Amino acid sequence: MTVRIVNIGMNHESAPVELRECMANNRESSSLALSCMRESEWIKEGLFLSTCNRVEAIYTTDYPEEARKTILSMLSMLGNISEERFMPNIYIYEDSEALKHVFRVASSLDSMVVGEPQILGQIKEAYHQAAGVEKTTGVILNRLMHRAFHVAKRVKTETGISEAAVSISYAAVELAKKIYYSLEGKKVLLVGAGEMAELAARHLMGNGIESLIVANRSFDKAVQIADLFRGKAVFFEEIETYLLEVDIVVTSTSSMDFVIPYDMVRNSLRKRRNHPLFFIDIAVPRDVDPRVNRLENVYLYDIDDLKKVVNENTAQRKEEAIKAERIVQEEVIRFEKWLKTLDVVPTITALKDKIESIRKSEIEKSLPALGDLTPSQIRAIDSLTESLIGKIMNDPIVVLKGKADGRSRDIYLDVTRKLFSLDKDDKNA
Amino acid sequence: MAEILYKIALFLVLLSTGGFILFIIRQDKKFFRWSYKILFMGFIFHTLFLVHQYYALGTAPVISLKSTLSFFSWCIVGVYLFYQIRFGLMVLGSFVTPLASILMIISIAIPGVEYTIKPILKSAWLIIHVGTVFIGDALFVITFAAAIMYLIQEHHIKTKTRGSFYTRLPSLETLDSINHHSLMYGFPFLTLGMISGAIYAQYALGSYWRWDPKEVWSLITWLAYAVLLHERLAVGWRGRRAALMSIVCFCILLFTFLVGSLWLSDYHSFDNLEGLIR
Repeated sequence: MTVRIVNIGMNHESAPVELRECMANNRESSSLALSCMRESEWIKEGLFLSTCNRVEAIYTTDYPEEARKTILSMLSMLGNISEERFMPNIYIYEDSEALKHVFRVASSLDSMVVGEPQILGQIKEAYHQAAGVEKTTGVILNRLMHRAFHVAKRVKTETGISEAAVSISYAAVELAKKIYYSLEGKKVLLVGAGEMAELAARHLMGNGIESLIVANRSFDKAVQIADLFRGKAVFFEEIETYLLEVDIVVTSTSSMDFVIPYDMVRNSLRKRRNHPLFFIDIAVPRDVDPRVNRLENVYLYDIDDLKKVVNENTAQRKEEAIKAERIVQEEVIRFEKWLKTLDVVPTITALKDKIESIRKSEIEKSLPALGDLTPSQIRAIDSLTESLIGKIMNDPIVVLKGKADGRSRDIYLDVTRKLFSLDKDDKNA
Repeated sequence: MAEILYKIALFLVLLSTGGFILFIIRQDKKFFRWSYKILFMGFIFHTLFLVHQYYALGTAPVISLKSTLSFFSWCIVGVYLFYQIRFGLMVLGSFVTPLASILMIISIAIPGVEYTIKPILKSAWLIIHVGTVFIGDALFVITFAAAIMYLIQEHHIKTKTRGSFYTRLPSLETLDSINHHSLMYGFPFLTLGMISGAIYAQYALGSYWRWDPKEVWSLITWLAYAVLLHERLAVGWRGRRAALMSIVCFCILLFTFLVGSLWLSDYHSFDNLEGLIR
């Protein structure tokens, strides 16, 4: 009987946010889940991943039915909700499907924003907790996770999936980088303090923007946002003054008229000595007079322009995603091949073959040095060496066969394969 | 010997030009790395060729259109390599190497003429005059290339079209500062070239300024670049306006070089130079 790899979970597509919220994504809940998996007699190895977009339990078992019940009741306990309530939102993958899912999650193909880089870090942390702190992983999951990191790296370097921006604020940052060499040392003026503006500001700050100035009709709110990013709050009437010293302006007020009229920008240009000025207008109706885009060294992108960029990038990403899926598929096949070697028979055969080939090649090397031998002498050497390796190999093979059904089988097999380096073909594993 | 050196250099430069073009199409850094190495080798062979010519002629190999084009191309590649080392702007190579290749091909296509050289041309001033002028010109080629790239990129950003060049070209700020930097360095070289030319003329021909058409056009070129530099430094021109102006300046420069060298000029033209030599 081979061990089964199972993955039970829910993600942003299968479950609404209210449900995902229940499975609180803190360390305590995952350590609770891990210890629950460790206590269970049905589960051999376990790993638990919980982020704001997904909850995943990955485990190996010889008793799939019982193990599944254990995990479901554990999820129900964690979320404090009945199993019936979340059953429709759950997916269960087994064996190659589970491997594929784990690889896809790690390489961010299953993310809400495909290609976003955070998920890999979250998985690494989950693995660290399972393998290092709670010690719930073993031979198979350890290798599976290392392969998953490897797949993620391949997907990142071999496909362009993480290059193109897909969210509005990503798109804005990407554009800013085509105007300015780098965002380091640049100043941003935030006009209006809505949620979108805050998101954009967070993104810009994450890309090295030096300082942030916030102008808002209600000064209180401006101060709040400014404090959040260690910026400076100014009055709404001061926009014209600060237009002279900033490089990027993000507007998102609910004003019906243009907050930044054409003349205001035109008049500032000479005083700015023609330094480029980039307007990101995410307000509807628009805050910046569209005519400013015609001014020299002034660039204006409104929400529709940005959406267009996002759509183009999404299309480009789909092509790259096909490439990524191929990589995932390749690695699943490789991993399954390795899993099969965890049966005792292939390992014993491989071990015998290896020793036999060593014996043969050594005899071939030595025969010429021994001079003229009679056929019976050669036979004697043959049987001497054969019985020698037979005796040496006997005990290890008996031990391996004895472990065939035990819990520690995989460890013994893994060690054997490593000691005699039977997996020559994938050293990088 | 000289011919073999030049042919090897030409082959390497052509090869690297092909690589640079592949690089801009495929955006694979592997192409760039190889093209860059090959161009470096080509530059070395071209340098050896010029050294060989110098010893064979007894003066700088800049006295016929054939040799001047080859020398100009050498300057362009040299300046490009300097910019690559200094700024690492990979895509610049895809714009500059084709020009260098074309100049080298024209040069090899022009039949060589055997001539003896009058002592008037065997002067250190000739080397200084032509060397500084062409280093300045090569820097202006960079200015020009950066201006073209700037206009393409700006067009993409302004019209929100994001064509195929959008991802391949660097940021506007980078292109503008390359334009600025090469102008800042090209101008003093051109100035030095003109001053040394005047000194050379005084020493060789007895008067520093003879209203030769090429001299006049050079002065116009110099003034045009001076205006551009002034607007940049004092008025704060940048971006599109500076890019357009540097393209206009470069056109004047080309006119001066081609028309001036070929048939308008008196003693600067190669026909007359050859007359001077024979």
